[in-house]
Amino acid sequence: MTTQKSERLEIRSSDDVVRVRQLTRTLAIAAGLGLVDQTKIITAASELARNTLDYGGGGFVLAEQVEAVGRRGVRLTFEDRGPGIPDINAALKDGFTTGKGMGLGLGGAKRLSNEFSIHSTSGEGTKIMIARWK
Amino acid sequence: MDRIPILKFGNALLVTIQVDMHDRLATALEEDLTSRIVENNAKGVLIDISALEIVDSFIGRMLDNIAAVSRILDADTVVVGMRPAVAITLVELGLSLTGVKTALNVERGMALIQARLKMSDAEDDDSEE
Amino acid sequence: MAGNVGTVAELVGGNEQTILSEWVELQKKSGGLQTGRITENEVVSQSRDFLHLLRDGLAKGGNDANNPAYGPARQMLADISRSRALQGFSPGETATFIFSLKRPLFNTFSGNAGLSPAQVAELTWNVTLLLDELGLYTLEVFQKSREEVIVRQQREISELSTPVVKLWDGVLALPLIGTLDSARTQVVMENLLQTIVDTEAEIAIIDITGVPTVDTLTAQHLLKTVAAARLMGADCIISGIRPQIAQTMVHLGVELNVVSKATLADAFAVALDRTGRMVTKQRKTASSFERSKAPAEKGQ
Repeated sequence: MTTQKSERLEIRSSDDVVRVRQLTRTLAIAAGLGLVDQTKIITAASELARNTLDYGGGGFVLAEQVEAVGRRGVRLTFEDRGPGIPDINAALKDGFTTGKGMGLGLGGAKRLSNEFSIHSTSGEGTKIMIARWK
Repeated sequence: MDRIPILKFGNALLVTIQVDMHDRLATALEEDLTSRIVENNAKGVLIDISALEIVDSFIGRMLDNIAAVSRILDADTVVVGMRPAVAITLVELGLSLTGVKTALNVERGMALIQARLKMSDAEDDDSEE
Repeated sequence: MAGNVGTVAELVGGNEQTILSEWVELQKKSGGLQTGRITENEVVSQSRDFLHLLRDGLAKGGNDANNPAYGPARQMLADISRSRALQGFSPGETATFIFSLKRPLFNTFSGNAGLSPAQVAELTWNVTLLLDELGLYTLEVFQKSREEVIVRQQREISELSTPVVKLWDGVLALPLIGTLDSARTQVVMENLLQTIVDTEAEIAIIDITGVPTVDTLTAQHLLKTVAAARLMGADCIISGIRPQIAQTMVHLGVELNVVSKATLADAFAVALDRTGRMVTKQRKTASSFERSKAPAEKGQ
């Protein structure tokens, strides 16, 4: 897999969440993703960016346009040094909560992506990768 | 700070969301709508999202909140103009927006509000007899 | 050897007409022309153009088919190969274009009095290697073009088998045929939703008469489609549920919380009613009755 473009964005405020969406859109269009695929990856990015902000205490995202086996795609890696997710399985299960809690963010982001991986350690932080291919 | 304009549209309020909203804007909209519903004694709220390319769980929650608050204030909320790509994504995301009524466009949304008003008026008449 | 290659380019250039006519003859003999898919004039002009590009490559790029000097030649081969793939030529017929050039070139070398047998052998060998590479390139492009056609056809089949039909103003029907996997569901959803927007439909009838089995996964896909249509303000009715399917669904605990009707006709009736319409029978008027009686009376 090769990376053709990459950019790192700090996520420290809700304005940054908007920026993450815009950056994801730019990369998705450059990778040649169709409209529905674009919408899915941008929405997933929005969910994870918001999680990074609300539960991770802020962090950053590394956004890349990648290519593998002749296909182009977009890969996003969100990182924070927050409290971590104690029970990943529970977090992945859907539960639309109106207060605290990740609600649909994590499970939703996974369903909207072709690839999803998560590493989280209590007290140390969380790293989540999603990718969508053309 | 910019606020999203709210128009009076018959006995309803019309909101057209055209920008990629950040959190403060969304909160301001909820507050503004709440006061305007009371001010204008509005019976319906039409939220036109035909310009939105992305609806994430945050916006989804905002729409649910607006619908819940409006209901308490005796007004119907109808979300109109959702784009196909957005609908497909929301379903995949798992956002059902059950508390929110939907219509294809402003015209249909308005018709929906009027129809429900007629029905509830008829019910009120029945119960009074 | 550089001197070698310069000679080849000059030889090709100097004997162009002979090489060209021999080459065209060989192509004709190989039968590509007989099917009428390509005319002799086209063959002649393609061959002539290619010879020029080949000569340029030979002059500047040596024997390496991957040298940039052969760029234009490769491009032309790619174009020919692609268009022949689409026109229905076989891979062999397309590669013959290149390979049949070997003999005319060999004839040119061996017929040249100024070249020793050793030189003729070396020239022939180098040119053969070069043409082999170009020939293989032709085949690769051909293969790729055919694959692109297949992928495109698959997509078309997918779309063809999910047509959205307008039954009436504001009422759409989506007759599903075949299994509903996640890839097809995507296509179905996109198609249906776009048509809902385009026709301003209020109701979409999804007919599953042609869907062989409805398991949990298929049901999920159906429900997703219904949910997406609802988000856009259109209601769905499912029709064509066969008795066996109904039983399977109950056994699996699948719940389709959407209005369902046994037949498309029933669903259509419901849709018409919901959109405020009525179907009435025409009454035969008195005058039309008279008219059918009159001629018989006159005849008497």
